[in-house]
Amino acid sequence: MIYLTRKVEFSASHYYHNPKLSPEENRRIFGKCNNPHGHGHNYVLEVTVAGTPDESTGMVLDLKELKEILQREVMDRLDHRHLNYEVPELEGKIPTTENLAVTIWNYLEPKIQKGRLHRVRLYEAPDLFVDCYGSGR
Amino acid sequence: MNAHLTRRYGFAASHRLYSARLSEDENRRIYGKCANPHGHGHNYFVEITVSGPIHPETGMVANLTDLDTFVQREVIEIFDHRNLNEEVPAFREEVPTTENLCIEIYNRVRAFPFARLERVRLEETSLNSFEYAGEPSGVFAAGETQETAR
Repeated sequence: MIYLTRKVEFSASHYYHNPKLSPEENRRIFGKCNNPHGHGHNYVLEVTVAGTPDESTGMVLDLKELKEILQREVMDRLDHRHLNYEVPELEGKIPTTENLAVTIWNYLEPKIQKGRLHRVRLYEAPDLFVDCYGSGR
Repeated sequence: MNAHLTRRYGFAASHRLYSARLSEDENRRIYGKCANPHGHGHNYFVEITVSGPIHPETGMVANLTDLDTFVQREVIEIFDHRNLNEEVPAFREEVPTTENLCIEIYNRVRAFPFARLERVRLEETSLNSFEYAGEPSGVFAAGETQETAR
C-alpha cells in the first residue's frame, strides 16, 4: 500500500457562535473566536490517498486528476469564503477546524475513484491541525 | 464522526545522556558527545494528538483552552527551562533520551479528561523526532489492567 499526499492552501473567515447558548456562555466557551465580526485563517489542507500503484502507469492515481478534484470540491467552495454564511454543508454547525475537516472528508471521499481517501489533515495554524479518517477511527 | 486534534507546543531543556549502570567508556561509546558531563540543551517541540467525537454544541473534540491549560501544567511547567537529569524525578534513574521523554509526556497527558490521548510526537531538533502512542492493546504497564489502562 502506498500513501500519496497532496497539499493545497485556502483562506477563509469564520466565527464561533451557538445560538442555543447565552451570550455569556458563547463568550466563555469560544473566547475571542466568538467575536461577531469574525476573523480568518490561511488553512493548509493535506489530502492522503491510499492505494496500489497501477501496473501500467506506476501511479496510485493521476496527480493532475487529484489536483482538479481538490480545486473543484474544496477550493471553489471554501477559498476566500465566509464559512458561517457561504458553505451550506456547515449550516447549523460551528465552523470549527474539526467540523471543516469532516466536511472536506465528505466532499472528497465519494470523488476519489482510484485508491481510497485515507486521511484529511487540516491545519488552521502551524501549531494546530485536525485529522479525519472518516467513520473508521 | 471522530476527529483527531493536534496542538504543537515548545519548551527548552537541558540534559545529559549518561547511565550510572554503565562504565565511563561504555557511556562514551554509546552516547558520544551527549555524555559530556555538563550536559547540553534543546528547543523541543511536542505535538499532542487527542481524539473523540465532535461535540454537537461546540463543534469541538476538546476545547483548546482546556488542552492548553492541561499541557501547560503537566508538561511545560515541568520541563521548560529545566535540567531533565537534575530537576525531573522521572529521570533520576532513567536516561532522559527523547524516547523516554516522549513516554513520560504521554503518561502525563493521558489523564486529560476531555478527549482520548492518541499520540505524542516529540521533536528534539528539526532533524529527529519520536512518537509514542501507548502500548498495543493487551500490553499493559506493571499494575495496570485493561480497565485502568484507559
